[in-house]
Amino acid sequence: MEILMIFTSGIIIAVATYLFLTRSLLRVVFGVVMLSHGVHLLILTLSGLQTGAPPLLTENADAYTDPLPQAVILTAIVISFGMTAFLLVLAYRTYQDHGTDDLEELRGNADE
Amino acid sequence: MKTNFLMFHTITRIVSFIVLSFSIYLFFAGHNAPGGGFIGGLMMAGALILLYVSFDIDKIKKVIPFDYTTIIGWGLLIAILTGLNSLLFGDAFLTQYFEYYQVPIMGEVELTTALPFDLGIYMVVVAVALLTILSIAEDVS
Amino acid sequence: MSLLHFVVLAPFIMAIFMPFFYYKFRSVHTGWFLLPLPLILFIYIATYIPINGGGLEPVEHTVPWVPSLGINFSVYLDGLSLLFGLLITGIGTLVVLYSIFYIKNKVDEPLNNFYVYLLMFMGAMLGVVFSDNLIVLYVFWELTSLSSALLIAYWFHKEKSRYGAQKSMLITVSGGFAMLAGFSLLYVIAGSTFSIREIIAQADVVVQDPLILPAMLLILLGAFTKSAQFPFHIWLPDAMEAPTPVSAYLHSATMVKAGIYLVARMTPVFGLTVEWFWIVLIFGLVTLTWGSISAVRQTDLKGILAFSTVSQLGLIMSLLGMGSAALHFDYVETEAIYYTAIMAAVFHLINHATFKGALFMVVGIIDHETGTRDVRKLGGLMAIMPITFTVSLIGLAAMAGLPPFNGFLSKELFFTASLNVASLDIFNLETLGFFIPVVAWIASVFTFVYSMMIFTRTFTGEFKPENYKEDVHEAPIGLLISPIILASLVIIFGLFPNILAYTLIEPTMQSILPGLTSVGEQFYVNIYHWHGINTELLMTIAVVLIGLAIALNLKKWQESYFFQRERDPLNAVYDLGLDQLVVQAQNVTNMQMTGRLRDYLLYMAVFISGIMLWTFFRYDAFAIDFSNELAVPFYVILVVAALLASTLALPFISHRITNIVLLGVVGFLIALLFVIFRAPDLALTQLLVETVMVVLFLLTYRHLPEITKEAKNIWSTSMKAIVSAAVGGAVILTGLSVHALNQGTDITPISDYFIENSKTLAGGYNMVNVILVDFRGLDTLLEVLVLAIAALGVVTLIKHKMKEGEDV
Repeated sequence: MEILMIFTSGIIIAVATYLFLTRSLLRVVFGVVMLSHGVHLLILTLSGLQTGAPPLLTENADAYTDPLPQAVILTAIVISFGMTAFLLVLAYRTYQDHGTDDLEELRGNADE
Repeated sequence: MKTNFLMFHTITRIVSFIVLSFSIYLFFAGHNAPGGGFIGGLMMAGALILLYVSFDIDKIKKVIPFDYTTIIGWGLLIAILTGLNSLLFGDAFLTQYFEYYQVPIMGEVELTTALPFDLGIYMVVVAVALLTILSIAEDVS
Repeated sequence: MSLLHFVVLAPFIMAIFMPFFYYKFRSVHTGWFLLPLPLILFIYIATYIPINGGGLEPVEHTVPWVPSLGINFSVYLDGLSLLFGLLITGIGTLVVLYSIFYIKNKVDEPLNNFYVYLLMFMGAMLGVVFSDNLIVLYVFWELTSLSSALLIAYWFHKEKSRYGAQKSMLITVSGGFAMLAGFSLLYVIAGSTFSIREIIAQADVVVQDPLILPAMLLILLGAFTKSAQFPFHIWLPDAMEAPTPVSAYLHSATMVKAGIYLVARMTPVFGLTVEWFWIVLIFGLVTLTWGSISAVRQTDLKGILAFSTVSQLGLIMSLLGMGSAALHFDYVETEAIYYTAIMAAVFHLINHATFKGALFMVVGIIDHETGTRDVRKLGGLMAIMPITFTVSLIGLAAMAGLPPFNGFLSKELFFTASLNVASLDIFNLETLGFFIPVVAWIASVFTFVYSMMIFTRTFTGEFKPENYKEDVHEAPIGLLISPIILASLVIIFGLFPNILAYTLIEPTMQSILPGLTSVGEQFYVNIYHWHGINTELLMTIAVVLIGLAIALNLKKWQESYFFQRERDPLNAVYDLGLDQLVVQAQNVTNMQMTGRLRDYLLYMAVFISGIMLWTFFRYDAFAIDFSNELAVPFYVILVVAALLASTLALPFISHRITNIVLLGVVGFLIALLFVIFRAPDLALTQLLVETVMVVLFLLTYRHLPEITKEAKNIWSTSMKAIVSAAVGGAVILTGLSVHALNQGTDITPISDYFIENSKTLAGGYNMVNVILVDFRGLDTLLEVLVLAIAALGVVTLIKHKMKEGEDV
C-alpha cells in the first residue's frame, strides 16, 4: 500500500509543479494547495501505514500508528490553510490593481 | 432580492446549533479523543460561516457583535499566559500540568492546563477563519 | 578571565561610554575622558618588560568560547605581543592627546563617533596581537579593517574619504578572507588545532604537509594586503584622507604593522620552507623600492609619508624574510650574522613607529596651521615654526638614516643583514644573493631623496604668504607635546640603543626564532654606532652623496614623464576591477532575475529535483523493495483512482468553477484516505479545512478573472511537463528508497516516547493532541501566531488599499 501511496503523492506533486509553471496566478495558488496535499500524504506514508490502531490510548491496542507525523501534518494543514487564504487575497488584489492575472504581463522591469 | 428561503433558514438554524454544540464537544474531548483546539475551532468557524451564508452578514453581525481581530489577540494572549504560568513553578515555558479531581455528580474529572492553552488556539483559529472570509466577502469593488 | 583579557576588552567597554561622555559633557573635549585608558593599559603592559634582562616568561590565559570547534579566547603574551602591545597603547596615548588639539570640539563634529571607532580599533588591534587562537585573531583582524575604514571615512561628506575607505576595506577584507582560508588549511594540517603555540610546537611536521604552500600563500595574502605590500599598497595613499591622528596611529604605527606581526608570528612555522624566504624577501624588496621611488613623485606631504610608510613596511618585511634563514642554522653567539636580520627588523619596527609617528603629527600640524599640505605651495616655514621644524628635522634625519639618530642604526643593521644574507650558502644565495644589497642600497637612496624633499620644500626656500588662507604661526603647545615626546625617543634610542636590547628586542627575537637558543640562553644583542670603516658605512656615505646629488637636481628629474604622474598606475587596475565588478554583477543579476514568477519557480524545481537525483546517483542510493507490499484493498484503489483522476484533470480544465470543485474533491478524498490510514484527527481537520477553503475559493472567485489560456507552444508545454515529471520522479524515488530503508533496518521511531508517556506525563489519551498542546506546545503557539499574521495580512491587503497613483 505504501508504494501505491508514494506514487500517488509523487503524481500530485508533479501536477502541483506543473500548475506552478503556468501563466495564471490562480493556478499557481492551486499548485500550492496541491503541493501541500502531496507532501502531507508523503509524510504520512513514509511513517508506515496501518501498522496499528489509531493513536488513541483508549483503544488499548498493542501497537499504534505513529502519532508524531500526524501531529506534524495537522499543523501543516492549518498553516497551509492560512497560506492559501493569504495567497488568494494577494492574487485577487493583484488582479484588482493591475487588471491582469497573467504572470507574463505582471513581469517587473528588467532593472529591478 | 426578496426571495423566500424558509426551508433553508429553518434547517440552517437547527444544523448550525448542532454543529456549534458538536464543536464545543470536540474542543473538550480533544485531550482524550479526536478533536481539540484546531478541529473544534474549524468546526465552530464552519457553523458560523453557514449562518453568515444563509442569512445576511449584517444581521449576523448584530447577533455576534465581536471584533475578530481582537479575538485573535485574546487567543494568543491566553495561550502565552498558560505557557508563562509554568515559569512560576520553575519549569520550562509551556510546561503543562494535570490533576484528577472527584466531583460529586460527574465522578472523576481531569483538569489540565493544556485546556486553556487549547482554548487560546481555538479562539485564534475561529477568528482567523472568520476574519479572512468576512474580509473577502465584504470587499466590494 | 584574566587581567590580560580585560586589556583587550577594556577599549570596547570604554567605547560604550563614549557617546554618554560626548552628550553629557558637551563643553569638554571627549578625548580627555578617553586619554587615561591607553595610558593605564600602557603602564600595565609595561610591567611585563623584563627589566633585569633575564628574558621574558610567556604568560597565557584561556577562556573557552566555542570549545567544540577548538575556538578559545586565549591571550598569550610573549616578546612579540609585548612589543606590539606597548606600541599600540603607547602611540595610542600620544595620538589621543594629539587628536584632542587637532580635532576641534565644534558643534557639528561627531567626536563620539571618532573616539568610538578609535577605541574599537585599539581593542581590536590588542586582540590581534594578544590572541593565541587563529580564529579569534581573524575576528579581531577584520575588526581592525572595519574600524580603519570607518575612521578613513570619518569626514564622510568628502567623496575622496569615502573612496579611500571603500578601497581600504575591499582590499584588506578580501585579504582577510584569504587569510581565513589559510587558517582553516593550517587547522587541517596541524591536526585540528587553532592554537598558534600548538602549531609552532609541531612546526617540523606541519611543513612536510603538501598543503603547506597554499596555506602559506593565503596567509601571506592577508598579511600583504594589511601591511600594504606591493601590489596591494594602493589603498594606503588613499587612506590618507583620514584625519591626521588616524594616519599617524593606524596607517603608520599600528594597523599596517599587523601584517608584519602576522609574518613574524608565523615565521617559526613557515620559515622552515624555502618559498617563505623568497616570497617574503622579494615582496618586501619590491615594496621597499617601489614605495621609495613613488614617494618622490608625490606633491602632498601626507602622500609622501604614505609611500614612505609603504617603503619602510617593505623594508621590515624583507628583513623578516632574510631572518627566516636563521632557522636553518644553529645558534652560535659569535656568528651573529644569521639573526641580525630579525634584530634589525624588530629594531626598525620600533624606530619607524617613533620617527614616522612624529613626522605624521608634524605634517598634521603644518596642515592645521597653514591650511595646505601641498609642497608646491609650502616653503620657508623654518623661521615661523621653529619647534615644528626641529621635530621634523629629527624625524627626517632618522628616516633618511643619518647619525646619530635611531634610523641610522637600523639602516646600518639592514645593510649588514642584506650583506650577510647575500653571503649565505643556502637557497642558491651564493649566485642570486648579490642583488639584495644592491636593491637595498637603491631604495635607501630614494628614501634619502624624499626626506630631503620634505625638508627643502617645506622649511627652506621662500615664504609666500599669498599661498595660505590664514595667518601662519607656531602650533599650540598641546599639539606639539606628542611629536616632541616621539622625537625625544628618536634621539634616546639613537644615542642609547642598548636600553632596548634585552628589554624588548631580545624577547621579541625569542618569539620569532624560538628554539634556536637552548633553555635559559639568550640572543646576543648589542647595537654599536661605530663598527670601523666597513662596507655598511661606505654604503651609507654613498647614499648620502648620491642622494644629495639627486635631491639638488630634483627639479630636472621631476620633469620626466614618470615623475609627472602622481597616482600609482596600479590604481587603474583597481578602478577597472571595481567598475567591472558592478557591471558584471548587474549582468548576472539581470540574467537570472527575469521578473517572471515562473522562472523563479522553475529554478527551484530544477534545483531540487536535480540535487535529489544527483544524490541518488552519487551515493547509489536506489533501494526499491516491493516485497513487503500488502495486498491493497479494493476500496483504497477506488479512492486513489478518483484522487488521481481529479488531480490529473486540474491542468487541463480552464473553467474556474470546475477547478475549484475538483480541488475540493481532491481535499475530501485525502480526508477519506486519512480515515483509512487511521488518522482521525487529520481526517477531521482536513474535512473542515477543505470546507472552509471551498467557501474561500468561491468567495474570491467573483474577484478573479477567467483562467488565462496558455500559449500554445509545444516547446514550453513540453518543458513544463518534463520539469514537473522530474520533480515527481525525484519525490517518488526518494519515497521508495526511504520506504525500503524502513523495511530493511530496525529503527525505533522517536514517537515511542510519546506513545509511552502521553498518559503518564500529560494525562491525555489522544496522542496527537497531547503532542500538539503539551510536548510540542511551542510549535503550536508559533503556528497560531503564523495564522494570526496571515489573517492580519489578509485584512491589511483588503482594507488598506492604496489610492490612485500611489505606489509602494
